[in-house]
Amino acid sequence: MATIRIPPVLRQQTGGTPEVEATGSNVGEVLRALTAEHPDTEAQLFGEDGDLNRYVNVYLNDEDVRVLDGLDTAVSDSDTVVILPAMAGGAR
Amino acid sequence: MASTGAEIKQQIEEIEPFEADQEIEGGDVVLIDTREPHEYQEAHLDGGKLVPPGLLADQIAEAAPDKTARTILYCRSGNRSYKAAEQMQALGYENVASMAGGIIAWQEQGLPVIAVDGMTPEQRDRYSRHTLLPEVGVDGQLKLLNAKVLLIGAGGLGAPTALYLAAAGVGTIGLVDDDVVDASNLQRQVIHNTERIGMPKTESARLFIEGLNPDVKVVEHNGRLDASNILSVIENYDLIVDGADNFPTRYLLNDASVRLRKPVVSASILGFDGQVSTFVPFEGPCYRCLYPTPPPAELAPSCSANGVLGVMAGTMGTLQANEVIKLVLGKGEPLVGRLLLYEALGTSFTELKVRRDPECPICGENAPEIPESEMGQFPDYDLFCAGAGGDR
Repeated sequence: MATIRIPPVLRQQTGGTPEVEATGSNVGEVLRALTAEHPDTEAQLFGEDGDLNRYVNVYLNDEDVRVLDGLDTAVSDSDTVVILPAMAGGAR
Repeated sequence: MASTGAEIKQQIEEIEPFEADQEIEGGDVVLIDTREPHEYQEAHLDGGKLVPPGLLADQIAEAAPDKTARTILYCRSGNRSYKAAEQMQALGYENVASMAGGIIAWQEQGLPVIAVDGMTPEQRDRYSRHTLLPEVGVDGQLKLLNAKVLLIGAGGLGAPTALYLAAAGVGTIGLVDDDVVDASNLQRQVIHNTERIGMPKTESARLFIEGLNPDVKVVEHNGRLDASNILSVIENYDLIVDGADNFPTRYLLNDASVRLRKPVVSASILGFDGQVSTFVPFEGPCYRCLYPTPPPAELAPSCSANGVLGVMAGTMGTLQANEVIKLVLGKGEPLVGRLLLYEALGTSFTELKVRRDPECPICGENAPEIPESEMGQFPDYDLFCAGAGGDR
């Protein structure tokens, strides 16, 4: 099973855990396994068209899946999928 | 031989640095530096003429044409000048004195020197742990002293960044913030303090920096960046440190900095998580290549709503300061095209690749050329980022 790194803003929807294991042969399947397990994450990851929301970056290990094959990018058990929305916290 | 040398030595007048100083002040003194050129370069007395010991016979007539004039010689510690004085006496100079203890004793007595490399004795001392590093050296320290760095936000990230940049001798530090110091800031904003609660953050930061390092000029921009002022503010700086608390400012800063080709060291923190990257326009991706659109409000909570571990600000802010110093020195590998994630609970770092987006509306290949008349005109960022959750 691949490992998914959950960003802090989504941990409320995953019971607080920073990492979850998920099964799937490509990035899309792995993320769908996550949303099946934690349904509250779905609206924040995927738009109504079924594509990833543009404000969510997804990396396979250290590479943006958009420069790979997107949601079709193949995933193996030793891979880590990183979900990364922008953060703005800083000054206050 | 030793006794002969001692006899000769008694023939040369030796004077203390304070006496030399008085004579020099009084005028009509020829002052000769009998050291090597590299020593002279580092620091010499005002008005001192360099005549290296090995070249004395050739050069002294030009440096000291009048053999009857009062002539004071100095070197590093007083030995070479003494020997040179003997040599000059033998050449017919009538009124020669050697300064006892040399420039070392002179400086120990707090008397001023000219540092040809642009650093004062105080600066040589203050930055000695920098100048000892081959990657910094005197040249690098001078780059830092001449650098102009703008910090967006004098809060969580800006505080540690300002602290270390000021300590490092960054010559000009600009601070943009429209907030005042609040008690809830002090858990992480280490340049402010309890006494200054209620004071504008820019002013509080200035007081801190001035107390730390008098070499730093602080420019306060007590307000908020918007489309009408951002270009005129950032054009005065070499590079920018983004610790903004909201998305509208981050996108605005990105677009303006790409336009003016100013590097931006960007970080953000939330809870136990931090991100940092360095955006150098057209050399690497920009903020919009990484994040083309801001997230909706529910995915962009603020530190005031969600909390942040205070030391996270220090970790990420000092990483930003490290990036700034490398960019100023032109050394090392800045985080261009790399996004560094830090997770404090697990103490783990993750590095992700960030690539330039050829379709980027700001720095992409087909980004529109904006005419001069529209410089500074930006889309309505507050509307664009509506609901994207500032941290206000």
